[in-house]
Amino acid sequence: MKAFISISCFAVLGLLAEIFGFKKKFFTIAVVGIIVSIVLAVMEWSSPWTPFPEMIGFDHYAIAFSCVILVTALLWMFMSEDFFKNEERIIDYTSLVLFTVAGGMMMTSFNNLSILFLGLETLSLAVYVLAGSQKNDLSSNEAALKYFIMGSFATGILLFGIALVYGSTGSFNLLEIGRAVGTATGEQPMLLVGVLMILIGMAFKISAVPFHFWAPDVYHGAPTVITAFMATIVKTAAFAAFLRLFITCFGPLKEGWGDVIWVIIVLTLFVGNIAAIAQSSMKRMLAYSSVAHAGYMLLALIALNEASSASVLYYSFAYSASTIAAFTVLHVIMSNGMPDDISSFNGLIKRSPLLAIAMVIALLSFAGIPPTGGFFAKYYVFSVALKNGYTWLVVLAVVSSLISVYYYFRVISAMFVTESSLPKPDMSGLQKTALITSMALVLLLGIFPEFLVRLL
Amino acid sequence: MLTALLIFWPLVAGFLVLFSSNENARKTAFACAILELLIAAGAVFAFRQNPELLSLDRWWIQSFGISFNIAMDGISLLLVLLTVVLIPLIILSTFDHSYKNAAAFYALILFMEMALVGVFVAMDGFLFYIFWELALIPIYFICLLWGGKDRVRITFKFFLYTLVGSLFMLVGFIYLYLHTPGRSFNLADLYAAGASLSAVEQSWVFWSIFIAFAIKMPVFPFHTWQPATYAESPNAGTMLLAGIMLKMGLYGVIRWLIPVVPAGAAEWLDVIMVLCIIGVVYGSCLAIIQKDFRKLIAYSSIAHVGLIAAGIFTWNAQGLQGAMIQMVSHGINVVGLFFIADIITRRTNTRMIPELGGIRSVAPVFATLFMIVMLGAVALPFTNGFVGEFLLLTGVYQYHAVAAGFAGLTMILAAVYMFRSYQGVMLGETKSVTRAFADLNFNEKAVLIPIVIMVIVIGVYPKPILDISAPAVEKLVSIYQMAN
Repeated sequence: MKAFISISCFAVLGLLAEIFGFKKKFFTIAVVGIIVSIVLAVMEWSSPWTPFPEMIGFDHYAIAFSCVILVTALLWMFMSEDFFKNEERIIDYTSLVLFTVAGGMMMTSFNNLSILFLGLETLSLAVYVLAGSQKNDLSSNEAALKYFIMGSFATGILLFGIALVYGSTGSFNLLEIGRAVGTATGEQPMLLVGVLMILIGMAFKISAVPFHFWAPDVYHGAPTVITAFMATIVKTAAFAAFLRLFITCFGPLKEGWGDVIWVIIVLTLFVGNIAAIAQSSMKRMLAYSSVAHAGYMLLALIALNEASSASVLYYSFAYSASTIAAFTVLHVIMSNGMPDDISSFNGLIKRSPLLAIAMVIALLSFAGIPPTGGFFAKYYVFSVALKNGYTWLVVLAVVSSLISVYYYFRVISAMFVTESSLPKPDMSGLQKTALITSMALVLLLGIFPEFLVRLL
Repeated sequence: MLTALLIFWPLVAGFLVLFSSNENARKTAFACAILELLIAAGAVFAFRQNPELLSLDRWWIQSFGISFNIAMDGISLLLVLLTVVLIPLIILSTFDHSYKNAAAFYALILFMEMALVGVFVAMDGFLFYIFWELALIPIYFICLLWGGKDRVRITFKFFLYTLVGSLFMLVGFIYLYLHTPGRSFNLADLYAAGASLSAVEQSWVFWSIFIAFAIKMPVFPFHTWQPATYAESPNAGTMLLAGIMLKMGLYGVIRWLIPVVPAGAAEWLDVIMVLCIIGVVYGSCLAIIQKDFRKLIAYSSIAHVGLIAAGIFTWNAQGLQGAMIQMVSHGINVVGLFFIADIITRRTNTRMIPELGGIRSVAPVFATLFMIVMLGAVALPFTNGFVGEFLLLTGVYQYHAVAAGFAGLTMILAAVYMFRSYQGVMLGETKSVTRAFADLNFNEKAVLIPIVIMVIVIGVYPKPILDISAPAVEKLVSIYQMAN
């Protein structure tokens, strides 16, 4: 709770920066704010402080996911340092980012559906603006508009779902809904429709097929750093919310929504991975790959057993770290004037070994090859799903992850085999820090996963 | 502790080499590989005293029941010895090449050595899987970066094939893991879990694991990646693949497949035997018609491996012991043959047999050494190949006489393709490309003479090697007999 309050205060402080004239220093202040919040969150682990348990509760689940969000946000700030160089807009964007993080933390910790909705909207509204932050770029505008329209539509459906659930259970409070669902007897069509509508709204946020159509365009159009932001922080928050809601409330109704998720998972895995093969734009490729990764994470949701939260926590952290590494490389390359295309990666091993090695580690992690975090993450969700008897689903997931190897390795062979006369990209010290830290995280997570596994 | 040192020293050495200069890389790598060989010699002493000294069991991911559990019995020790003996020879065999980014090249070979040793000593299913996959990454980059013209497509095919297999193996292992009583990946627990499954379940698990091993060996019809990969890889890569890496598949069957799901293996025994024997005949026949000397060795390797696999699946003491010694012999011979192919190619710029000829008259030392290695591959008595193939055929004969009849063709057909290629390359009139063929230099002798000595010594006196693996083999045979 303290971490949440502190990050919100820092965000509000950002709004005042212009008036009191410390806007040049605000990037540093925001970084400090994130670090302070991480420390506060960790300190609260053994003695959680929950002044409003009806509304919001920072239990272990919430703190763990908040820490993932905050650490990713910190790395993200480092990688996108140059994005904030434009002084006119620095305040708006920095505080929007902090608001998004605050919204994300609400989504990990809600005890009441109204807080879920507030958090989701705080997060989404900020991201809509961020997606359109390159005002003079047509595709950035397109991305923002598309995301906004589709996003509002999904929010509407989610809200409708919440209303129906309220109508049939008589409460917004998660525990009470859970109790009502658990004791309900007979057919409950209104409740089930409500749950399905919530499910659709959440599936939109995590860009699961068939609610993914916005993702490639928005990922492609938005500035690269914002794409990285959406692929990591927004996704982690949405998954945390999705899982929290379904674990506490809708477990007993699994007969009703299980088959829907089953179909969504299969579609997500295959559409994401197959569409990614055809992309030559790196951002689109990573967008489809991020769609596919949502499919793997959903395996833990459909299993819905005691290991689900730990596996999603692990998966989101490993995935976020690899994504930050991959996007840092892409961002450095693009900010050195090369286009968003696989050919920009040609011969990267000679031009910049650090970038190439970081990209290889990120891609191996995406593809799920040891000793990276991505491997253990996949292993974890697969074993969680197998435990509940979803053998065929896991077999399909394995097949789809083999498909994904194709497009990840295309990038590797471009970097290592194809010759190129492109210039050497250079990067700032902070970007190098982000790159090396995220690389180290991916490897450490893969070699010593125990710590995170035991957390929840 | 010694086993852990065997695993981690190549890793450290790999980084040492990676950060050394390109000129010094190969010498550093060679010195490191020799040191690894000395550590392994120490392990042999420890093994003689008490095999328990070589085991180490620490928790790695305790909440999943995954431990860093390594140990060596005779089977592991033999394959580790094969690895640590061959790696210095492979490094030495590259001394007449100059590779771009040599530091990275030799570092990858040492990383590979780490993973290979790890595969052979891991006694925890998860750990085994990790090393299994880790072995793939260095060899992929070795082939991708230093391979021939068509390398991108071919190495990708190789990578994907292997990955398909190993992911299904992982699913199989998780399935078993979920059936262990205390949720653990320990070898003994997996054996217990496998035995508790019904025959139908065992069949499923059997296939999900078998495909990984079958692709690695490769067994017909999972072999299609192999000839092209062997032909396109840099020479050291091919030696690693054929000499050591395919033993991972054979070893996997011995340790991680048949004892785990004995009933599943028994159910499909006939099918597998037929596949193995098809591989023997098919590989030999294709070897006969090859004009490319390297592809000829590649196909002959399919034939030899088919016979070893057949011997393993008979699961009697003769078949298994034959498989063990033949794995060692095949590793030595195939590395020798690929090195010979490399020597020829480097001097004449061709690997096509019809373009060569008459080398014997200009390079007598080379001709003699080639002859001996070839006799080993043909399995002439008093060479290492004979001991293994004789035991293997005895084992297969106990399974079925007709099977042994077909499998025995390997000896005859091997003589056909080997002698024909020797004739084409070494005998006859010298041709334009072979006229100036220089005899072996010091480095080349330093590789081939140890190989030739091993070919003869193992052929004449195989007892020490058979003694190392005998107790472990008997133990495995008894596990299987108890289960069925």
